[in-house]
Amino acid sequence: MQDFKNQSQNNQSYQNKTQQKKAYDMPDARGHFGQFGGIFVAETLVEALEELRVMYEKYRHDPQFLAEYAYDLKHFVGRPSPIYHAERWSNKVGGAQIYLKREDLNHTGAHKVNNTIGQALLAKRMGKPRVIAETGAGQHGVATATIAARLGLECVVYMGSEDVKRQAPNVFRMKLLGATVVPVESGSKTLKDALNEAMRDWVTNISNTFYIIGTVAGPHPYPMMVRDFQAVIGVESKQQMQEMIGRQPDAVVACVGGGSNAMGIFYPYIDVPNVRLIGVEAAGHGMETGMHAAPLTANSPIGVLHGNRTYLMQDTDGNITETHSISAGLDYPGVGPEHAWLKDIKRAEYVAVTDDEAMTAFHSLCRTEGIIPALESSHALAYAEKMAKTMRKDEVILVNLSGRGDKDINTVAKLSNITL
Amino acid sequence: MSRIQTVFSAFKANHKKALIPYITAGDPHPNHTVAILHTLVKSGADMIELGIPFSDPMADGPVIQRASERALLHKVGLSKVLQMVKEFRLTDTKTPIILMGYANPIEAMGAEKFIQAAKVVGVDGVLTVDYPPEECKEFIAGLQAAGMDSIFLLSPTSDAARVDLIVNQASGFLYYVSLKGVTGAANMDVAQVKARVAEIRSKTNLPIGVGFGVKDAATAKQVAEFADAIVVGSRMVVTIENSTEENLMHNISQLMQELRLAIDA
Repeated sequence: MQDFKNQSQNNQSYQNKTQQKKAYDMPDARGHFGQFGGIFVAETLVEALEELRVMYEKYRHDPQFLAEYAYDLKHFVGRPSPIYHAERWSNKVGGAQIYLKREDLNHTGAHKVNNTIGQALLAKRMGKPRVIAETGAGQHGVATATIAARLGLECVVYMGSEDVKRQAPNVFRMKLLGATVVPVESGSKTLKDALNEAMRDWVTNISNTFYIIGTVAGPHPYPMMVRDFQAVIGVESKQQMQEMIGRQPDAVVACVGGGSNAMGIFYPYIDVPNVRLIGVEAAGHGMETGMHAAPLTANSPIGVLHGNRTYLMQDTDGNITETHSISAGLDYPGVGPEHAWLKDIKRAEYVAVTDDEAMTAFHSLCRTEGIIPALESSHALAYAEKMAKTMRKDEVILVNLSGRGDKDINTVAKLSNITL
Repeated sequence: MSRIQTVFSAFKANHKKALIPYITAGDPHPNHTVAILHTLVKSGADMIELGIPFSDPMADGPVIQRASERALLHKVGLSKVLQMVKEFRLTDTKTPIILMGYANPIEAMGAEKFIQAAKVVGVDGVLTVDYPPEECKEFIAGLQAAGMDSIFLLSPTSDAARVDLIVNQASGFLYYVSLKGVTGAANMDVAQVKARVAEIRSKTNLPIGVGFGVKDAATAKQVAEFADAIVVGSRMVVTIENSTEENLMHNISQLMQELRLAIDA
């Protein structure tokens, strides 16, 4: 009771503060988050992006559009996703209480579908019969193929040929859903090259094609639009935490590759004071080895890739360097521009955990809670575990459990020298 | 008057059309690049577009992507490209060189440092594919202050307001992308390109070059009837790709002579 009273006083003072302080209002009209973001594309894509920007502005507050989106999130995806108190794991870790936002329970098994539904509904309104997507691990590809099947849209997914080999079950899943999967042989044959190839398709087929980008990167309006569609994660979390514990968590932790699940849960918390926002990048074999995918943690130089300005892993000539992570979904040399901005204004903190640390957390959650997490989400779990140990038992960490780990069992088995 | 402007004003007076081949610096090997540049000039190039290799050339088709990959195998970055221009200028002080590439290598060097270095080695113009005019005002001002031209793309999808914006920021010439797609894509619709070029011409006195879809001498000839310059990229790069060390210069000369004959006819 005492705690609750304190909390309501805190809320009171928060309201006073926000009345004085201008609410977070990013990006600007051309998609800038400070020096980050923007529209850095060839002239051939400018009109397509302008058309998209105008249509998104038209529908983002349209009650009918939002109702249709909400209907699909509820009946097709199964939202709201619950928040679960991982009590046994918290006790084992010893320290703060860890709560999990269960995006792994969504249809298709990850947060990606929140965004693909939003963009596919927009594609339909724009009269585009064909959607394309890039994918790394295949989760965004599967989520795109799923909604394309549901809406009767033609679907082409670009996937680096290396990833096609590594993620065979997801490739088959996409094909079952009627999508065409195109292996990309250029560059490093991974996610960034799949994105390049999808852009090339888009510029060639602009009149009938909608490009569904899977993360909070790309040229404006993508970082903003993907964030808005993923913000349902944070909006639900705020309400659910209030209901469950009568207050908001002390920290929100999420993994960051491009950063869409993190942006989705962070965004509604940006204006909430005293909630630490922590993004966890992939340290791969270790930051000191250079074999990682953590541009924010590594203080990589700022540069331009895939239509926006952000922190980028690159060599001294400005060529993009290869990344490494055990989790294909975090294997990206850049990061969404809004994360770059949140880092610079110090509203969010960015850290990295190694492959090994993520694997330890993966096994720990499997055995203690009966939940098999995605390797991506295991990075957030690993950091939450580290943090929790330094915190009091009455403090609370909310982890975005962005996806389930069924897709990763081959990778995990291989690491343990087991043939499935 | 810049070297680019000098070429175009002389050509205008003589009713001649400029032939602008594109090659990627360092392709097939950095040792060949300067020799290729001289061969291009000897066999009829009026200006040259020299591509800066980049790991993620989003606006390019597979042919020019592969050229970038070949050059990057030999670690040809922007500073090496500038050295190549410097070496070319030792014996050729007349032929304009336009650097074409992506923003990141320039930003990695630092835009100011790049502008100064490019000016010193004798670069005449810069076309940064993923720098729309709204995102590079300072860069354009810097280039123009250093006496270099800022070349911009215009596309079939650029609307009237966009054409106005771009013609006001561009100098040297305008580069009209003849099709919806990446470099080296499908065949162009010449009549459509002609109509678009006429529209653009009504808004500007800048010369207009056409590229992205000029695949052979016949297309070059048709385009030369209404454009001021013809840019040949993927076709040139394919020729380089398919050549051996022995016949490389011969094959380049032969293609150039065919194109030259066609557009002068």
